[in-house]
Amino acid sequence: MTGRVVVIGVGNPYRRDDGAGPAVIDALRARVPEGTVLTDSDGEPGRMLGLWHRHDAVVVVEVVHAHPGQPGRLHTLTAERAARCAARSASTHALGLGETFALAAALDRMPRELTVHAVEGGDFGLGRGLSTAVADALPELIRHVAEAIDEAHDRLRRASTLADDRGIA
Amino acid sequence: MSHRGSRVLRLDALARVEGEAALHLAVRDGTVTEAQLRIYEPPRFFEAFLVGRGHGEPPDITSRICGICPVAYQTTACQAIERACGVTVDVPLTELRRLLYYGEWIESQSLHIHLLHAPDFLGHPSAVELAREHPAAVERGLRIKQAGNTIMEQLGGRAIHPINVRVGGFYHVPTPAELVPLAERLRRAHDDALETVRWVAGFDFPDVAYDGPLLAMRDPGRYAIDSGTPAVMAAVAGSDGATPVRTLPVEEFERHVVEHQVPHSTALVSQLDGDHYLTGCLARYAISGRWLHPSALDAARAAGLGDPATGAVCRNPFRSIIVRAVEVAHAVAEALRIIDAYEPPSRSYVAVPPRPATGCAATEAPRGLLYHRYAMDADGTLTLARIVPPTAQNQAAIEDDLRRQVQSRLDGPGEPPGDEELTALCERAVRNHDPCISCSAHFLDLTVEHG
Repeated sequence: MTGRVVVIGVGNPYRRDDGAGPAVIDALRARVPEGTVLTDSDGEPGRMLGLWHRHDAVVVVEVVHAHPGQPGRLHTLTAERAARCAARSASTHALGLGETFALAAALDRMPRELTVHAVEGGDFGLGRGLSTAVADALPELIRHVAEAIDEAHDRLRRASTLADDRGIA
Repeated sequence: MSHRGSRVLRLDALARVEGEAALHLAVRDGTVTEAQLRIYEPPRFFEAFLVGRGHGEPPDITSRICGICPVAYQTTACQAIERACGVTVDVPLTELRRLLYYGEWIESQSLHIHLLHAPDFLGHPSAVELAREHPAAVERGLRIKQAGNTIMEQLGGRAIHPINVRVGGFYHVPTPAELVPLAERLRRAHDDALETVRWVAGFDFPDVAYDGPLLAMRDPGRYAIDSGTPAVMAAVAGSDGATPVRTLPVEEFERHVVEHQVPHSTALVSQLDGDHYLTGCLARYAISGRWLHPSALDAARAAGLGDPATGAVCRNPFRSIIVRAVEVAHAVAEALRIIDAYEPPSRSYVAVPPRPATGCAATEAPRGLLYHRYAMDADGTLTLARIVPPTAQNQAAIEDDLRRQVQSRLDGPGEPPGDEELTALCERAVRNHDPCISCSAHFLDLTVEHG
C-alpha cells in the first residue's frame, strides 16, 4: 500500500517563535505534490499519533531550545535523536515530542519514516510574530522541508514500484 | 536519613500535569509546616482584554484559555452572554452543545486516565513505559480519546480550539447522515470505556479521604454538565447520616466563592465561605452520581464505588481515576443517545441582540466548575469579564491534600520516607486532581553535542 507524506507543524503561533512550525506549513500550502498532507498540531500525543498511518512518511517541523543556544540555527533530527533529546529534559507539556515518538514506538505505531526539521527558538513570549533570528532562518527551513517532502515522495514511489515488481499488493 | 529535624523539599517542575507548576514542601520536626503548589505560569490577563470587545467574541477568545477544555469556556461564555441578553436557546441546539461538551469530556478524561494517571498505579515513570507493558490498555485509551476528537472535529469544526460555536448556537449544524460514522465510533468506544472502568477498578488505592466541602453543578434528574445550579455538599454528614447539599444560585456565586492573591502563585486562590473546597469529578459524582446513565451506574457499582443511586460518595482522590472512567462511559452513552435522537434544528442559531445587562453562568469543565460573568453596554461592548476556572478553585484543596498525605506518611509505621519517596507521593497527590495549569507553549529541550 502506498503511503502518504504527512507534514506536521508543531507549535503555537501565539507564543512567538513557537509558531515557526505552523508558519512553515502555511508557506508550503499550494506548493506541495499530490499525496502530501499538511497539518498543524499542538503536539498533544494522542492527536499526533492519529495523524499518520504506519506506511506514511512523516516530516515534523518543530522549534527547539538549545543549551547553549543559537536562535535561528537549523537541525535535522531522526526520530531516535529527538526522543533521546527529549528524554534528557523536562518537557513543560504533559508529554513532549520525544515522548510522543517513544509512545508510538512502544505501541508499534511508528510511521515508515520520520524526520524532524527544527529551528532553535529564542523568544517564547506571548504574542504573534517570530524573532528576527527565526524569521531570517525561515526561508531556508521551508526549503529543507520542501526538499524532504520531495525526497520522501521519491522513496515512497520507489518502494511502491518495488512492491509492484514483486507482485505485492 | 531521620525524618526529624528540618528539611525542605522542592519540586521544580511537575511532570504529567497540564502546564507549569512547582511544589514547595517544608517539614520541621516531623511536621509538615508548609505545602505550596506554585503556579509560575505568567498571568494572561484574559479578563482585562475581553473588556471593550463585542458580546459575540467571548466564545472565541476564552476558548484560547485552554487547549484541553476549550468547549467548557465556549459553553459557559455563551450561556452567560445569552442570560445577560435574556435569550433562551432552542432545545435541539442545547443538545448539540452538550454533544460537543461530551466530546471534550471524553478526550480530556481518557487522556488523563491512560497517559497521565495510570502510570502512577502500575509503577511506571511515564506513559511510554506503561505502553510497553500494557499496549492494549493504552491503545484502548487512545481509541476512546479518538472518538472524543471526532466529535470535536465534526461539531467544533476542528480538533483544537473549535470555531463552529457562536453565541446563540452554531455557525453550521450537521445533517443526521454526517453523524452516522460518529455513532459507529462511539459504540465501539462505549465497550472500551466500560473495559477501562474494569481495568482501573483493579488498581491499588491508598486509604485517604478529602474531608472538605465539595462543589459541583446540580440538576436533579441529570448528571449535570451544562445545566443546573452550583451546589455544595457539606464536609460532614448530618445527624441523620446523610450529607447535606445546599444550592448556591449562580448569581450569588461570587458572594460565596472569593478569590485572593497569594505570593507563591500566579493563579488566584479561591475560598468558599472562607474554607478550601474541592470541585471536579469527586464532587460531581457525590452530588449527581445517582443520575448517571444506567450503563455508567452499573459500571460504578461493579467498580466498588458504592451505589450512586443511594447517594454513595467517594472522597478518596486516588479513586478519582475510577470516577473519571465512569464519567467517560456516561459521556459516551449520552453522546450516543443524543445522536440517536438527533433531528436537525430548524435554525443553527438564535439571534442574541445586546442590551445593557450583566449575565453569569457556570458549567462543569472536565476538571470542575467553571464560572463566567460578563457585563455589557447597549451596543454589546463588554465592560466587565470575570472567569473563575476550576484549577484555581482547587489549589487550596490540593495543598491541604498534600499536607495531609505527607503528614500521614511521616506519622505512619516503617522506615521514615526519603526525599525521593516524598517527591513521588506529592506528584501522585497532585496528579489525582488533574490540575490544568493551561500550557500555551511547548518546549523540546535540546543539548548540542560537540565533537
